[in-house]
Amino acid sequence: MEATKGGQRSGSHLVEVAFRVRELGILAALALVVVITTAYSPRFLSGQSLRDLLLNASIIALLTVGQTLVVITRNVDLSVGSVLGLTAFMTGNLFVGRPGMPVVVAVLAGLLAGAVCGAINGAVTAVGKVPSLVVTLGTLYVFRGIDYAWAGGRQINAADLPDSLLTLGSGRFLGVPYLVAITVLLVAVAAYALRSYRAGRELYAIGSNPDAALLAGIPVGRRVFAAFVLSGAVAGLAGVLFTARYGTVDATAGTGFELQVISAVVVGGVAIFGGSGSVVGAALGALLLSTIGSAIVVLRVPSFWQQAIVGALLIGAIALDRLLGLRIAAALRQRSIRSGS
Amino acid sequence: MAADTPAARSTRQDQRPGLRRLLRWETALVLLLVAVGLVGEQTSPGFLTGANLFYLGLDVGEIALMALPLTMIIIAGEIDLSIASILGLTSALLGWLWNAGWPLELIFPTVLVAGALAGALNGFFVTRLGLPSLAVTIGTLALYRGLAFVILGDQAVADFPASYTRYGTTPVPGTHIPYPIAFFAVLAALFGVVLHATPFGRSVFAIGANQEAAFFSGIRVKRTKFILYVLSGAMSGLAGIVFTLRFASARADNGAGLELAVVAAVLLGGVSIFGGKGTLGGVVAAVFLLGGIRSALILNDVSNDILNVVTGLLLIGSVIAPNAIAAVGRAVSRRRSASPAAPAEPAGAS
Repeated sequence: MEATKGGQRSGSHLVEVAFRVRELGILAALALVVVITTAYSPRFLSGQSLRDLLLNASIIALLTVGQTLVVITRNVDLSVGSVLGLTAFMTGNLFVGRPGMPVVVAVLAGLLAGAVCGAINGAVTAVGKVPSLVVTLGTLYVFRGIDYAWAGGRQINAADLPDSLLTLGSGRFLGVPYLVAITVLLVAVAAYALRSYRAGRELYAIGSNPDAALLAGIPVGRRVFAAFVLSGAVAGLAGVLFTARYGTVDATAGTGFELQVISAVVVGGVAIFGGSGSVVGAALGALLLSTIGSAIVVLRVPSFWQQAIVGALLIGAIALDRLLGLRIAAALRQRSIRSGS
Repeated sequence: MAADTPAARSTRQDQRPGLRRLLRWETALVLLLVAVGLVGEQTSPGFLTGANLFYLGLDVGEIALMALPLTMIIIAGEIDLSIASILGLTSALLGWLWNAGWPLELIFPTVLVAGALAGALNGFFVTRLGLPSLAVTIGTLALYRGLAFVILGDQAVADFPASYTRYGTTPVPGTHIPYPIAFFAVLAALFGVVLHATPFGRSVFAIGANQEAAFFSGIRVKRTKFILYVLSGAMSGLAGIVFTLRFASARADNGAGLELAVVAAVLLGGVSIFGGKGTLGGVVAAVFLLGGIRSALILNDVSNDILNVVTGLLLIGSVIAPNAIAAVGRAVSRRRSASPAAPAEPAGAS
């Protein structure tokens, strides 16, 4: 008994190390990209350029936080791009009607609207007991359709928006852009919650084995619902920040973001079938993908190569994960054999 | 079927819930299709004329072609999100080879092979390396679209001879059937037979229902899946040719985002995302249902945006409806067993 426990402990320790290795791997790749690019053009590492790098990654990175929560539970949220589009337009529209509205109200409205969208996804998935891939593919169309119907051909420009909102998108505090600070804060909170709170651990348990989680007394439906609500709320927040950052919003805002977000999550080492991964890894994945995009411009690689490189990287990351997973499984087996004897 | 007694229905539902549910959904799809036709004709006379149906068919051509292999892949429990990118890749390759002076007679088979190779790479990753197909094909979605841009950049090749592009815009002589749909009809029949009437098709269902059990029953799981991915790539290549000829324009961004429309059509057709269940007939009905709704909306000057909402709601409905029907069925049978006073049904009705 004692020996088995020891085996388990070192086993989970091993898994933990592997996770850290996974995040370190992304950091190493990131460092490699930055070093090569900086060697070519030293200005790549200047303060402004670094800020732009982080700023460019922050909206997708923000979305990965919500998406990671959902993917960990062995679900997926394809509707995040549409939720972002809807709340981005809503934000712009609110300010067109009431120019003097405080930004906080817009942020709260975005969070709320996003959470409502997420609650729809979560309710249909958890209560209807239907696959989230289908549900969120459906709501991807529904939310985007509502967005189109609402916006029509209208476009909201920076001139229609108050400076307070635009400051949120482009301003900075102590040299750190607000957008980056918000993203880092959210990643940190989510990482801590996933690591240290019971509900967070339960998300992993659900993703590892939904049936076992149910037998263990975990309120699976409620947790999955909550993950979708959070993902929606985060997408809603991202919609507000999208408007703040770009100043121009029409009905197409955020189209196709879902695949970028899922790419970042997968590159970041979150298993697509749930049960493992971290928000830090996912956010780093988003940063890596966006940095590669910037590096390609600096290196004067024809921009047409960007998507092909991202695709190749994605497949490489998935293959690497698989290889690591096999290694860990083999090592765990070895250990349990040794400790069992 | 309407004459079924409730008891017979519930008994049979107990025996074959999957089949029962499928029958229902496909019937519902056909009824919806008829309803769309009637409502379309009511609200805008001319909806059911050959000319309009010709454009309707033209509009769904590529989606219909790509839906055929995707149906099999999803039934086998996998997914292929890279199809629209393969369409773009083959379209770009077609334009590039044309610019390089190749004759179209040689280009067409070449790009079909290229599509099949792209599918084979997907199949390799999924079957040989054992990677999840959702992740792999999201990766190749970016990769193939990226390669399309690498090949053709942002230029458009449009100087194809009219002797070929007319196949994309004119019907088969003497009918109102567009060439792509004529192709599709033949291929759909072929796919239908293969899926529903051959050992290969049965093994696809078996793999989707339980991969392990299929393996231990002697089905070559990996090879079957590999073939499906190659097939999917080749059909996406064909869709790429159709798309290019229809718009007389080869561009790297051709068909971008179409993958979700195809997935939506397949799932709306009653194919289970978990694999093992579905029919080709349902998918064909769903493809034309979506095309019909789009056409009816356009004729009525309803903005195309509503189509998004309708597509999404139908998709969600398609997964909720079977569960809801089953739940209602359970509730009804519970009530009946709880009240013995209810008139007894003739025994042996099933």
